[in-house]
Amino acid sequence: MIAILDYGSGNLRSAQRAFERSGSEVVVTSDRDVALNASGLVVPGVGAFAACMRGLIAIGGDKIVRERVAAKRPTLGICVGMQILFRDGDEYATDQLHQGVGIWKESITKLAAPILPHMGWNTVEVTGPSQLFKGIEDQAFYFVHSYAAKAKVGLSQAWTSYGAKFLSAVEDGAICATQFHPEKSGDAGLALIKNWVGML
Amino acid sequence: MALSIRIIPCLDVTDGRVVKGVNFTDLVDAGDPVEMANLYNLEGADELTFLDISASSSDRETTLDVVRKTAEQVFIPLTVGGGIRSVADVDRLLRAGADKVSINTSAITRPELIAEIADRFGSQVLVISVDARRARTESGFEVTTHGGRQSSGLDALAWVEKACALGAGEILLNSMDADGTRAGYDIGMITAVRAISKVPLIASGGAGTLEDFAAALDAGADALLAASVFHFGIHRISDVKKYLSAQGYSIRNNRIA
Repeated sequence: MIAILDYGSGNLRSAQRAFERSGSEVVVTSDRDVALNASGLVVPGVGAFAACMRGLIAIGGDKIVRERVAAKRPTLGICVGMQILFRDGDEYATDQLHQGVGIWKESITKLAAPILPHMGWNTVEVTGPSQLFKGIEDQAFYFVHSYAAKAKVGLSQAWTSYGAKFLSAVEDGAICATQFHPEKSGDAGLALIKNWVGML
Repeated sequence: MALSIRIIPCLDVTDGRVVKGVNFTDLVDAGDPVEMANLYNLEGADELTFLDISASSSDRETTLDVVRKTAEQVFIPLTVGGGIRSVADVDRLLRAGADKVSINTSAITRPELIAEIADRFGSQVLVISVDARRARTESGFEVTTHGGRQSSGLDALAWVEKACALGAGEILLNSMDADGTRAGYDIGMITAVRAISKVPLIASGGAGTLEDFAAALDAGADALLAASVFHFGIHRISDVKKYLSAQGYSIRNNRIA
């Protein structure tokens, strides 16, 4: 069973349906035990870094993620759900630094581009042995964000250019993350979700 | 490797049905928004926009159902506009599965609504729709309301700057002069708005020939919205994208080899 962590970050029903297309049972939950015991946990996230962290901490989600990572239980962060896995990130409006969950000891910073947010379909350049992108290396995925990680973390990475290069996906053993929205990325996104489910 | 341009078909919806004639022979029910959404998705639409033209609140409830059904079946971004007046309206649409909302008249009537929505949900959910036409204002473009029938008294460029400062995540620029003419986008207007806008710009109104789409991109549009040229089958989305790709624009190929 796959659990999508519900910590007040937007509508998750369409995400649930997208993950169900992989043939899995999918629940949307904020329950600690369900989230800890699911074969795969999805950590979504939209909006501001700090607001997402507040919501995550309010349901003990930061501890759930750390426990799953420590136990090598598959976990997938999406968009701001990827960003909050890092050590810290700039606040949306004020550019103040906020603490993240800290799985990766790097920072989330603003994209260097004249037009923000980076909104729309962009391609990825995969480096390292990827399972997530198997068969879809040349596809475009849907992005909506103004901040991203720039440093290399994990065992396999995907990079995307907008203004400058940023980290668009990470595979690091049990933990994976995408800066784009696979659940909004059409057939390519559904294929990526299927690849992830296949890794569980 | 670059950000692709986006092609966005816009469907007018009321009482759960698509209005404005749609003449696709391969549709079982041309009035069903969910089926239309599915078809456009297969044709390579990069996003979908529903414009709710409901006159009554019961019709508006039906639109929420349409949004719900679409979002559960079609996994590309969905924007919904029309009749949104409050943060609560936005909340209902996002909960139903919309990814973005577009607001127009209500933002002109009460600009603080832009900041209220952006603060609550983030700028990325908010498209500011600007119905503009050529006029004797400072920039030469003014904002209209009521589908272009009334002047708002606002200069279009000043309004775009203000909307961006308040938290607009994207600008949808509709030329009321070009709308429905199929004589081409208002290139001067797109160029002028691009020069002052630091958020993505969607151009709308006037698409006729394939060259029109390219001209709007050259003027600085990031995305192109059109209704009748797609609904009437004058151009298929796949043909527009094929043409633009051949001209060297970065487009998304939605087919997995």
